[in-house]
Amino acid sequence: MASALINVPAKAKRGDIIEIKTLMSHIMETGYRRTATGELIPRDIITSFTCRYNGVEIFRADLFPAIAANPFITFFTVAAESGKFDFDWIGDNGFTESASASIAVE
Amino acid sequence: MREPDISTRRQFLGLAGGVAALGAVPMVTLRPAEATPAMLATAIRSVVGTAMVRTGKVKLDIPPLVENGNTVPMTVSVLSPMTAEDYVKSIHVFNEKNPQPNIGNFYLGPRAGRGQISTRIRLADSQKIVAIAQLSDGSFWSASVDVVVTLAACTDEVI
Amino acid sequence: MRSFPAIAGAALLVTAAIVVPLLATEIPQGQRRSGYSFMTPDTQAMQNDDTANPGMLWVLDGEALWNNNTGALNKACADCHHDASASMRGVAAHYPAFDPTLERPVTLEQRINLCRVRHQQAPPLAYESRDLLALTAFVARQSRGLAIEAGADPQLAPFVAKGHELFMHRQGQLNFGCTNCHDDNWDKHLAGSAITQAQPTGYPLYRLEWQSLGSLERRLRACMTGIRAQPYDYGAPELVELELYLMTRARGLPVETPAVRP
Repeated sequence: MASALINVPAKAKRGDIIEIKTLMSHIMETGYRRTATGELIPRDIITSFTCRYNGVEIFRADLFPAIAANPFITFFTVAAESGKFDFDWIGDNGFTESASASIAVE
Repeated sequence: MREPDISTRRQFLGLAGGVAALGAVPMVTLRPAEATPAMLATAIRSVVGTAMVRTGKVKLDIPPLVENGNTVPMTVSVLSPMTAEDYVKSIHVFNEKNPQPNIGNFYLGPRAGRGQISTRIRLADSQKIVAIAQLSDGSFWSASVDVVVTLAACTDEVI
Repeated sequence: MRSFPAIAGAALLVTAAIVVPLLATEIPQGQRRSGYSFMTPDTQAMQNDDTANPGMLWVLDGEALWNNNTGALNKACADCHHDASASMRGVAAHYPAFDPTLERPVTLEQRINLCRVRHQQAPPLAYESRDLLALTAFVARQSRGLAIEAGADPQLAPFVAKGHELFMHRQGQLNFGCTNCHDDNWDKHLAGSAITQAQPTGYPLYRLEWQSLGSLERRLRACMTGIRAQPYDYGAPELVELELYLMTRARGLPVETPAVRP
């Protein structure tokens, strides 16, 4: 069961700089671990994370195996207008997850 | 860089002996080939090209002594007015001794408000971390930190 | 660098020579400290913020499972227990608890499985499975902040005594009892890591070493492997008695589930 934890302020004043925190459940298997019998455990990571604010991309990240399991990513944006943040995670083996959060900007 | 066969086999046999005694099957992380300073330089060059990288403007916040290398909190912040004319385009983080030199690339822009990101990273060993920021005027700025990573005292077993 | 099992083994052998001669005594109430207090501020910060605490991912999953119909009776936990924040408040602080039918203590994980079998006619969940961890974390989270009060029931007394004996007796190739490190040498260091008092205040917890949420039984088995003893099986009476003793020993400390530990 994949799940995401998003922290976006529910409301803000126009022009405020707000912090967005995201946490996504994912094993981020590096591809460098081996079992006791020597078999390589194949890589299985999230490779890309995008945030769109009312449809416009405001943040993007390329992730590598060095990002810890259950990737935690925080960034900032200027509260410009009321609306929606859309978050997308894409990874190996067709992994794709989305989440969204609303904000009221006065 | 090839891992010498002898040390790999000795590690594996050592562990197999331990396995027989315990009657259990532990997960092994045999050390893969390490990234070298040359790989780090190549990775940086693929982002920066032939442009000059200056030190400054970038602050790399990472605990100097890490409690567990599996999950290390890291914050990179770049001194920038973050206006439409003068902002941080991207932040690239590299390491020296993990199997791969890249850690993450983060793409900001004039709407970011603050040139700062946080995440949690994995560090295989005590090593140097390098963060490089590209500004809107095309210039590159960097900071680096040496981090000490200790291993957990007791080995764990697979569930 | 050589394999770290070799280094850890060597480090433990060296430390064994220093640790062994001290007397085993229990920690007085006023000096009890959670594992939280031994962590660096960065790791503490991971636990403090619910939106940054990876253990909360399992709590969220647990909440979904709580409301999910399951078993031959197609019932959800919520059908009998309704709002967990009310009905489950304080429960984890009193576990392991005495089960009258089995006439012995059971852990929270075992209680959840007993409920599934007896009242939902659903199969028990495997130990350390994601679903069982999620449900346990969700239920235990409802006791967060409350003082641990386990072991008060007089019917538990013989089992607490057994757990105490397990805590004290030496075992494994390194011939350590839990007490040698966790009563006699807490706040010192073992191969770079702080030795805590072993107070299980935040289980199930997100352990950075596991990069996953895990139960107290998983941690106890890892400890036993660490002293080169054969670990008890999941759900073994010894592990339940040990958990019961540990929770009794931790009385007064607040529940922190889901905690974060290195």
